[in-house]
Amino acid sequence: MSERKKITAPFADEVVKELKMGDGVLMSGVIYTARDAAHKKLVELINEGKELPFDMQGAVIYYVGPSPAPPGYAIGSAGPTTSYRMDPYAPLLIEHGMKGMIGKGQRNQAVLDAMQKYGAVYFAATGGTAALIARSIKKAEVIAYPELGAEAIRRLEVEDFPCIVANDAHGGNLFAEGPEKYKEA
Amino acid sequence: MRDFNVSDVIEPVKKLCIEANTILPEDVKKKLLDAKEKETSPVGKEVLAQIEENMEISATEKLPLCQDTGFAVLFVEAGQDVHFVGGDITDAINEGVRQGYTDGYLRKSIVDDPVVERKNTKDNTPAVIHWSIVPGDKVKITVAPKGGGSENMSTVKMMKPADGLNGIKDFVVEWVRNAGGNPCPPVVVGVGVGGTFEKVAFLAKKALLRDIGDRNPNPVFADAEKEVLERINKTGVGPMGLGGKTTALEVYFETHPCHIASMPVAINVNCHAARHQSVIL
Repeated sequence: MSERKKITAPFADEVVKELKMGDGVLMSGVIYTARDAAHKKLVELINEGKELPFDMQGAVIYYVGPSPAPPGYAIGSAGPTTSYRMDPYAPLLIEHGMKGMIGKGQRNQAVLDAMQKYGAVYFAATGGTAALIARSIKKAEVIAYPELGAEAIRRLEVEDFPCIVANDAHGGNLFAEGPEKYKEA
Repeated sequence: MRDFNVSDVIEPVKKLCIEANTILPEDVKKKLLDAKEKETSPVGKEVLAQIEENMEISATEKLPLCQDTGFAVLFVEAGQDVHFVGGDITDAINEGVRQGYTDGYLRKSIVDDPVVERKNTKDNTPAVIHWSIVPGDKVKITVAPKGGGSENMSTVKMMKPADGLNGIKDFVVEWVRNAGGNPCPPVVVGVGVGGTFEKVAFLAKKALLRDIGDRNPNPVFADAEKEVLERINKTGVGPMGLGGKTTALEVYFETHPCHIASMPVAINVNCHAARHQSVIL
C-alpha cells in the first residue's frame, strides 16, 4: 500500500472531507467500542433525550468485543466485528455527531446516505487480525455497561491503528468498486 | 472393553481450545502465504500481509488469532469398545471448554436464551458436540472454534433434483459473492449435498475439517470443488471484500445419499482463521 494518512480521533469535518475511498489510515487518539447491545442502549438514550456515556461530537466508534486481557496487556485480541448488525442504529448516531466507524463488511444504503448527508467515514479493519490490532491499543477502560462483558462500551487510547477507508463521505464505496475492478466472472 | 474415566478428557479439551485459537493449522497458513504472493490488488495484498503478521504475533504471544474465539464445536469419535466411567462425559467435555476459555483468556461468546434475555453464560459453555461411534477403543476429539461472522453467512437450501450439479455450483458461487466482506474472506467453503435437512448442514460443517487440497474421492465432486473455487476467486470480492483475486482458500464438497424427491444443499462458510485441532486418547 502507498502512503498512509495519519489521523487523530475525535476529528472534525475537515478530516472527513479529506479522506477518500481506498486511503490507508493510521489512526491515533481516543475511540470508543460498541457492538449491537451497546448500540441499542445508545439509541434508547438519544430517543429519551438523556445524556450519552461519551461525547458523540467527532467520535469514532469501533465495532469490537475484545477477548480478555492477559496479565500485562492493556487489552486482549481486538479485531473488528461485522458492521451490518449496527446498520439499524448507525444513522441516528451519525446525525448526532459521530464522524467515524471502524468495522468489517459492507453497510446498507441508509448508513451510506447518512454518511453523505452529515459527513462521516467508514473504515475497514482486517477481520481476524485481532492480535495485531491489539498492539495499537495502548489503554482500555470500560466506561459504560460493564454487565455486557465483551460488549461493554470501552474508551480506547490508540496509536497507529491500521485501517482502510472503505466508504468516504463523498459516496466512494470500496466494497462495490474494489470487487468490480477485479471481477472476471 | 476399555474403561475410560470421563475426567481424562478435561485437560485435553482445555488444551485443544487454547491451541486451536492461537495456532493456525500449517496447511491453512501455507495457503494464506501463497495467496499473498499471488494477490494483485494492493489493498488485498496489504490485508493478507496483516493476516500473516497476525499469525506470527498470535503464535509467539499466545494471543487469540481473532477476538471471536467462537462457539466451541467438538467432533468426538468414540470407539465402540470404550466404556465411559466416573461421571457424565458431556459435563466433562464442557468442563474442559470452561477451563480452556477461562485460563486461556478466550472470549466468552455464548448467551443462554437466544432471543429475549441473551444473557452470557460467562464460560463459553455449553459446547456443541457431534458424536459418532466408530470401531476400536480410542476416543478422537476435534475442537473447531466457529466465529459468528462467518457462521451468519451460512445457509441451507432444499434444491430440486432437476437443479443438478450446475444449479448447486451457481448457488454456491453467488452465495459467497453476496456474502462479500462479511465472513472475513479469504474464506473456506464447506458444501453439504444430500441426506436430509439436518444431515446436510452437518456435512457442510464437517467438510471444514478437511486439509487444504484434500479432494472429494468422487472425481465428479472433486472437479466441482476445483471449479467452484476458481469461479469464487473470479468474483473479485477479494480479501475482506475490498477487491482482489483471493476470495476463497478452498471449497470442499461432502455428499450423502438422499431421498428421491430431494437434493438438499448446505453452505457453511469459514473465515480465513480456519481453526481446528485434534487429539486421539
